[in-house]
Amino acid sequence: MAHLAKTNEHEGSLDWNGGNIPLKASWGKLMMWFFLLSDAFSFSALLITYAMIRYSHAAYQGTAENFKFSLDYWPVPEKVFEAMPFLHGISLPLVFVGIMTFILIMSSVTMVLAVEAGHRNDRKDVEKWMLWTILGGFTFLGCQAWEWTHFIHGTDKGGAVDVYGQVIYGANLIQNQYGPVPFANLFFFITGFHGFHVFSGVMLNVLVFYNTAFGVYENPNRVIDEGAGRYEMIEKVGLYWHFVDLVWVFVFTAFYLI
Amino acid sequence: MADVHGHTHIEGEIAKPNTAGIWRTFWVLLAITALEFIIALAIPSSIVPHLVKVGVYIILTIAKAFYIVAEFMHLKHEVKFLGMCIVLPMIFIAWFLIAMVMEGGALYIRW
Repeated sequence: MAHLAKTNEHEGSLDWNGGNIPLKASWGKLMMWFFLLSDAFSFSALLITYAMIRYSHAAYQGTAENFKFSLDYWPVPEKVFEAMPFLHGISLPLVFVGIMTFILIMSSVTMVLAVEAGHRNDRKDVEKWMLWTILGGFTFLGCQAWEWTHFIHGTDKGGAVDVYGQVIYGANLIQNQYGPVPFANLFFFITGFHGFHVFSGVMLNVLVFYNTAFGVYENPNRVIDEGAGRYEMIEKVGLYWHFVDLVWVFVFTAFYLI
Repeated sequence: MADVHGHTHIEGEIAKPNTAGIWRTFWVLLAITALEFIIALAIPSSIVPHLVKVGVYIILTIAKAFYIVAEFMHLKHEVKFLGMCIVLPMIFIAWFLIAMVMEGGALYIRW
């Protein structure tokens, strides 16, 4: 019974009833870490699929200036992703995706500032930084919607020529003006899966913002994990949000740089 | 740490923000991303071969991942064993990646 007596000293200890805290992390945080590990495996499998399919196709051999879209080789990313909203017809390679990357890094920063405010039990600051994080998430999703629309509709003059000699306009799951069909399929699947993660992250952010604004975390009767602060839910959701940013770092390298 | 501040009463004095480390990490991430853009757009492939660029991208990406996981996700400041639990399984991913890229190359040669 000794361990029971010990847990009773810590008020509100619900989950680690064994009387000690494995890895000195609360139950919820540990489970979030292991979930993220499994999610990292899902995304790795997708990106490794991209790598394998890419290396089973021919690479473009000529110079970047002479590049033309063709079904015969994998496209050069800076030639595919060079459009920008409101600047139709101007070639701005990778600028828009650069802005998207900046938005996501920035919202990761505001998230970690919210976590820091939570450690200080500073409700006003948590609210402020959570709002900025939510704004960043929605902005990123909006950018992605625009990028998908452009990718699907294609460029004015079209791109690759199909086996019947017809110019292909835009991309979908059965034809692709930018290059081999699997390139478009992988683009839709991987950025779509990531975008869905961003969307879920924004929903979680809205949820913890709501709870913060309505004082849920300051309720003295609320049971919190042993070793955790009152605002630990911000930290757990923050872990997920940073993970989404982390995945984007890899998606960015795989799709837009290599 | 959360243990120190977490269970204190809410009405007390709110501490001043301590965010210098967060912003330092932000500038590091921004600088690495800017460097990646410079390599991608300003340096032609005739000077630096594409394969070398790819190697640099991978190193820079892992550097960014390290800063996000260690600082933003706070893993550097957790118990070391927790960090190992998360990082060591990545060995499987590295192996899987190398195996599948080689497999892809072999498929291309056969076609």
